[in-house]
Amino acid sequence: MVEIRMRVNGVMEALDLEPRVSLLDALREHLGLTGTKKGCDQGACGACTVLVDGERINSCLALAVQYDGREITTIEGVGDGERAHPLQSAFVRHDGFQCGYCTSGQICSAIGMLAEHGSGAPSAVTEHLSADTIELSDAEIRERMSGNLCRCGAYNGIVGAIREAASGEAGRDVMEAVR
Amino acid sequence: MTQAPVHSRPAPATAERIVGKPIDRVDGRAKTTGAARYSAEYPYPDIAHAALVHATVSRGRIAGIDAAAASAVPGVLAVITHLNAPAMKPPPPVSMMNLSSLASGTTVNYLNTDEVHWDGQPVAVVVAETLEAAQRAASLVEVTYETLPATFDFAAEEKNAKPQKSDLVQSGGATKGDAEAALAAAPVSVDLRFTTPPHNHNALEPHATTAAWDGDRVTVYDGAQNMYWVRDNLALKFGIPAANVRVISPYVGGAFGGKTMVWAGTILTVLAARVTARPVRLMLTREGVYRTVGGRTPSTQRVALGAEADGRLTALVHTSVTRLGRVGGGPEQVTSQSRHLYDAENILVQQNLVKLDLLPNTVMRAPGESIGTFALESAIDELAGELGMDPIALRMRNEPERNPIDGKRFAHRMLREAYARGAERFGWSERTPEPGSMRDGRWLVGMGVASAYHPSWQFAANVTVRLSADGTVVVRCGFHEMGMGGATAQAQIAADALGVPFEAVRVEYGDTALPTGPGAGGSGQTASIAASLVSACDKLKRSVLALARRSGDSPLRGQRMTGVEARDGGLYRTGRPGLGETYAAILTRAGRDSVEARVGSDTRVGAIAGQVRFMSKLMLDRRRWVKAASGAQFCEVRVDPDTGEVRVSRWVGVFDVGTVINAKTTAGQLRGGIVMGVGMALSEETLVDPRNGRIMNPSLAEYHVPVHADIPSIDVSWLDEPDPTMPLGLIGVGEVSITGAAAAIANAVHHATGRRVRDLPITLDRLL
Repeated sequence: MVEIRMRVNGVMEALDLEPRVSLLDALREHLGLTGTKKGCDQGACGACTVLVDGERINSCLALAVQYDGREITTIEGVGDGERAHPLQSAFVRHDGFQCGYCTSGQICSAIGMLAEHGSGAPSAVTEHLSADTIELSDAEIRERMSGNLCRCGAYNGIVGAIREAASGEAGRDVMEAVR
Repeated sequence: MTQAPVHSRPAPATAERIVGKPIDRVDGRAKTTGAARYSAEYPYPDIAHAALVHATVSRGRIAGIDAAAASAVPGVLAVITHLNAPAMKPPPPVSMMNLSSLASGTTVNYLNTDEVHWDGQPVAVVVAETLEAAQRAASLVEVTYETLPATFDFAAEEKNAKPQKSDLVQSGGATKGDAEAALAAAPVSVDLRFTTPPHNHNALEPHATTAAWDGDRVTVYDGAQNMYWVRDNLALKFGIPAANVRVISPYVGGAFGGKTMVWAGTILTVLAARVTARPVRLMLTREGVYRTVGGRTPSTQRVALGAEADGRLTALVHTSVTRLGRVGGGPEQVTSQSRHLYDAENILVQQNLVKLDLLPNTVMRAPGESIGTFALESAIDELAGELGMDPIALRMRNEPERNPIDGKRFAHRMLREAYARGAERFGWSERTPEPGSMRDGRWLVGMGVASAYHPSWQFAANVTVRLSADGTVVVRCGFHEMGMGGATAQAQIAADALGVPFEAVRVEYGDTALPTGPGAGGSGQTASIAASLVSACDKLKRSVLALARRSGDSPLRGQRMTGVEARDGGLYRTGRPGLGETYAAILTRAGRDSVEARVGSDTRVGAIAGQVRFMSKLMLDRRRWVKAASGAQFCEVRVDPDTGEVRVSRWVGVFDVGTVINAKTTAGQLRGGIVMGVGMALSEETLVDPRNGRIMNPSLAEYHVPVHADIPSIDVSWLDEPDPTMPLGLIGVGEVSITGAAAAIANAVHHATGRRVRDLPITLDRLL
């Protein structure tokens, strides 16, 4: 057993874990944070996406013991208590889900993706890699979100929600929230 | 348009109808905050975890099991095999008067037999204190087999297929005239062979079950499309009354048919909980889903069409071969749409079946029509090419007034309108007919169309509606929510029926303790509940009016229901604004906390009566008319001439789905079917090893479902004309939009490249 401490959604958690426990299973089975989903346990679907120090990762491919001392944000830590994060309300307005099983991962991934975009990171569809600003077109959103599968096929709604949340007033909130 | 006479009453008039509006889902907050609990997420302090061991031969007997190493893993509570498992009853014989007898995914009595019937069949379940220990121990169970000869190569066995017999639900074949003779005599004809591969549902939530026994009662959290089938099946298997099994399933992480039947994981979780006397949780691994839950059958299809030079169809032949497992599975109605779409003088349709030693197939979104429309609608496009006709014009030339195969009336038929609107929205007139004639830079551009078609269904549903003195309403019905937005839609219907605000209605579902709801299948759940809900609301209003009309103080004194309407949170005299009173006022004066109305009975006799009513309505309906959702699918593709890469760049779908209850969730479901159709057309394929019958790509990394980057903005719309034979005029929307989608893409690819691909999926190699 290995003792680790992680700050999860702002709360310091002490865990005594076998080294083979994935970060995903630590969150779901040991901390009861079941909002993060297991869709494949193989890094192929993105349902388990969480933020580690603000960066998105597939928590099923991570061993919990590697994350000693790190800051983890799961879907339960997105938004401010009763006040929904702008992306969460945008997902509802745009119907960016049906069954809801990929949704936690989509939202966490979108937060991480917007931060990556905001830092100037290009994607496979970015035309000018050295451009000062990369326009967050629908094609950019789709490319950058392609690690998150939605079998219900709510992709149009998800892209619409991200586009809306990333622009205008709501967008500034999002950018504030991811900083 | 051919219309049946209007029999059902129009939706109740209210000041402002909520039905039809794009209302946000009532469970939106739960699903976007992680609060929604799926079946593996119910906490028990002493929960144990299970993992399955899968057979590694296709057919044989278990010669020996060495569980010593597995049992020695710290934390292992039990290794359950056929050598030590308690006896369970085998699955019941299939009976149409007990639809739950259809529930068994296979006829195998898991862990009660040494027989192996497919590669992947569960042969042991390991239970341990932790998930990691269970999975590690499962990998250490050593099983040896005596193998028996097996057949699993569909392509090789296809020639041994036998004609499918007709039953109450499905007709295996039908004829009108002499189609083969007409085909031979036709001046223009095509005679084509198509193949489609096996598919898997790949709902994002792997099948998961949490089971806890308390004496001889068991509570089961199980992601299910038919909780009552799960309940009845488990009751039978474990020899306890159905009342002792409670299945709870408020959130299902996608299903698409894959959670309709009862599969091994559910049964073995309940078994493991009984053996260990602990609550047990089992979430199948993604591979475990492929190994233990059936998918869509592969098919080979022949479509032959004969026509006069003006495009009038004289012959339509559609035959198919699909497979069953030797231990279960069902036929797919591959030729269904071919009996309804075209007014051919002579028609021959026949479905054929072959049984193989593979995991039995099961229903998957639009079983039959999704793959059947690929063949038929591709063939129509090819015939249009032979005739030098526009493919829409060819379809309209053969658009029938009555059902082609038997002359029955259509309950609703608006394909002409769907094509007209779709062509306009899509810009079909800009298409130049010659294949390979349209380019955008280096991309070859192609435009294709195809018809969508899916029969509409309606099942029995028991519903209660309770109106409280504070004006709030609770609707209770044990239905299923896999993403269709059922609770939102039913709350809209109840709000209109009772004239109360949407926010005043709460809907309870997803629990067998509630009045028996319909299964989520055949795109029939919303219509099934709506029928009962509207009549329960009618009963409720009559009960409330009865309270008011007895009171000397009420402006409704002496009124009958015919002169009263529900609106503004109460009952008011029709055409007399202000004359009436709120529900709250009526109930308060009568000293009642609440009034409740019920439709359907959950007693044993009531359930049988309900089943008889359902079957007789089904038979009567089928004699009278043909009911279906339909639509026109338009797609544009771009094909890279060097790599053969196909990108879907535009989509327009126009659908006839009757009354739309919620514009937002309906658009989502229609788009979702198209997205799955894009996968079916371009990337999805379950690969079965022809040497040993093992599925070779049981993962989301190797079975390619569409991702964000594959899907353009999809323009869906509907004609919004009620179907006069359906409750509130609504036709289900869950399946119709996957139909025709693959054909529209194949037709567009042909238009772009001149290359006709008749074998799905249209991968790059098929275009090079």
